[in-house]
Amino acid sequence: MDLSFGLEYENFRGQVRHFVEENREKQPKFRGPAKEENITWQRILIDNGYAARTIPKKYGGYGAKPDIIKSRIISEEFSRLQMNTGLTGQGIKMLVPILLQMGTEEQRLKFIRPTIQGELNWCQGYSEPGAGSDLASLNTRAELDGEDWVINGQKIWTSSAHIADWIFCLVRTEAEAPKHQGISFLLFKMDSPGIEIRPLIDMTMKPNFNEVFFTNVRVPKQQIVGQRGEGWSVANALLGFERGSLAPSAAALSRLNELIKLMHEETVNGDPLISKPQFRERLMKIQGRTMAMSYNDMRLISAQINNNQDTKLASMIVKLQSTELRHELEGLAIDVMGEIGLSFDDNPYLRGEGGWQYQYMYFLGLIIGGGTNQIQRNIISERGLGMPKEPKSKEK
Amino acid sequence: MEFGLSEEQLLLQDTIMQFLAEEFPLEKVRKISSGKYSDAMVWEGLTKLGIPGLLIPETQGGVGLGYLEAAIISECLGYNVTPTPFLTSSVMAVTVLKAAGNQELLLSQIAIGDQRVGIAFNEALGARADAGLTVANGVINGKSIFALDGNADHYLVADATFNLYLVSTQVLKRTKLATVDRTQSTCELVYKDSEAILISNDEKIFKEAINAGRVMQAADTLGAAQSMLEQSVAYSMQREQFNRVIASFQAVKHMCADMVANLEPCRAMVWYSGHALDALPDEKHLVACHTKAHLQEVGQLVSKQSTEIHGGMGFTDLLGLHYWFKRIGANRQLLGSPEMLREEAAKIQGFIA
Repeated sequence: MDLSFGLEYENFRGQVRHFVEENREKQPKFRGPAKEENITWQRILIDNGYAARTIPKKYGGYGAKPDIIKSRIISEEFSRLQMNTGLTGQGIKMLVPILLQMGTEEQRLKFIRPTIQGELNWCQGYSEPGAGSDLASLNTRAELDGEDWVINGQKIWTSSAHIADWIFCLVRTEAEAPKHQGISFLLFKMDSPGIEIRPLIDMTMKPNFNEVFFTNVRVPKQQIVGQRGEGWSVANALLGFERGSLAPSAAALSRLNELIKLMHEETVNGDPLISKPQFRERLMKIQGRTMAMSYNDMRLISAQINNNQDTKLASMIVKLQSTELRHELEGLAIDVMGEIGLSFDDNPYLRGEGGWQYQYMYFLGLIIGGGTNQIQRNIISERGLGMPKEPKSKEK
Repeated sequence: MEFGLSEEQLLLQDTIMQFLAEEFPLEKVRKISSGKYSDAMVWEGLTKLGIPGLLIPETQGGVGLGYLEAAIISECLGYNVTPTPFLTSSVMAVTVLKAAGNQELLLSQIAIGDQRVGIAFNEALGARADAGLTVANGVINGKSIFALDGNADHYLVADATFNLYLVSTQVLKRTKLATVDRTQSTCELVYKDSEAILISNDEKIFKEAINAGRVMQAADTLGAAQSMLEQSVAYSMQREQFNRVIASFQAVKHMCADMVANLEPCRAMVWYSGHALDALPDEKHLVACHTKAHLQEVGQLVSKQSTEIHGGMGFTDLLGLHYWFKRIGANRQLLGSPEMLREEAAKIQGFIA
């Protein structure tokens, strides 16, 4: 065991810490796409190597060599002061990595720079009303007509479709092929004729996602990532990427510290809530679990750096465990506040800018999204423990 | 940065695992537990591998390794539900004797497996109504209950103010106490003007020992729970109902997934807390409390679900799965229950006035 990163990295940590402390006041308060202040902030982060860090310069990134330790240090130092880490969104988090891996040079040059700089917003067209956990049974069709794909069908749970400029979308192009081999991965503009967007209000009362309908939408045939029928493997590479990034342990530790602070500041009958043994016991339970997850993370990072231990199981369980943990952590904050914990919107008694209620619900969303936690349990038992698949019902 | 076991540590783990699997499978553990064989035969075997003196410096006849290695051994012992005095004699007593100084002779005897030292800390840890002891003028009177190791040659006895005394088995009356877990023996010690040698009057030394013991129990539970998980998967892959192996039912798969999802981060936690005892003095006590508390919660989940997956067989003595269930159960109660440990963790952080 050697937990030190060494002098070079400690110096690097010093630089990041300095940046974070110096620029704390400059960061925009709310995250979100397209707002001018967010775009300015994103530029600052990229220029300093704290966003788009390993994306090559020719695509608009900072162009650093991949270095897991440095990325980890940045994430730790930003989380420590709950600093805005720049634009997220599905274009940056998911499409850019896949274009780097599987896109053509032309696609990379065209899309990556405006995406990471916040000028091009994306949404992800995966789930359909009849294809949720069983995503590969998706039904939205694309048929070749001359130089264009013609798309008909419907997507659902499409986050940010109402503000997206483009969509990356899974469609069925090979009607006769087995279900996993008939899918292609297309990119197209959201203002194309034939697209209708209907917002879906989620339980946080925000229109975070949408239904999207396609009627004879025409897409130039070269706007495909990978080959015809390879869309499923493209999508799977992306899903793997998404799961790992849903609930990092550094963020959980930082929320835990906020919760401890809240329990010291918030009182009932004049006593701070940390003095109530019932709540303290729950806090300590959650602290123990958070510690276990953060050590698990350290192990995963070490395995990536040194490439000398099998951490298949340790990484497979992260999405399941960390989303449940965050949901409970945020829920404890609500419970300790009693009736004040119900505050929402413009309620003058709101604590933490409404973050506790919002995150409590948001993480319930993540327990469902990105592959439900029940699907995670299937994956863990089948691919991790070698247990057999449930016998399949006949394909329709 | 390297968060994991070194090649030497992995080799140590393999060696001990193989030795225990070959020499002391469940059939022998049963015989030791029922009193047919003595656990001294296990200790003899492990002495050849240097285990009793793992934490004792080489200059005093030991191996001179650290707590992370000791945690690895504990994990192996839990995995094989092996009855040994490793926790008491080789970890807790050695921690005290090393820190207190002037105990070279006893340490060298422990290192060669010649003497074993049991632990009677309950008076300091949480005195129960049936016990109670006083020490004056070099003699001890009263009673310890649930002292650990029913076959020790000496006991380290704590009084209510964390003083630690060494009392020889020859000058006390020992009665073994039956508990559900027959792989870890406990006893009642009655003192009557028994000679008690003051070893330490430093509360810090008591805390060092108790927290080292807690980490070892957490590691023991990690090993025992890992074995129960593996037994569950293996059993479910061969047991058939409704014309299919029960491992193909989601009800069973999801229980196994939950077990591993909870257990896998525990491995990193045990490694970290073993390392903390060796190298992170500022956080080691907090980490030890949380690690034992968390491992016992996960251990309880795994031991229950694993038994359920085995159906009626899981409930029988024939299969013997209950040896693991009870081992994990005993680890939960000894040296501080999860609730008490979490309270201690809160105290360490200043959350309790």
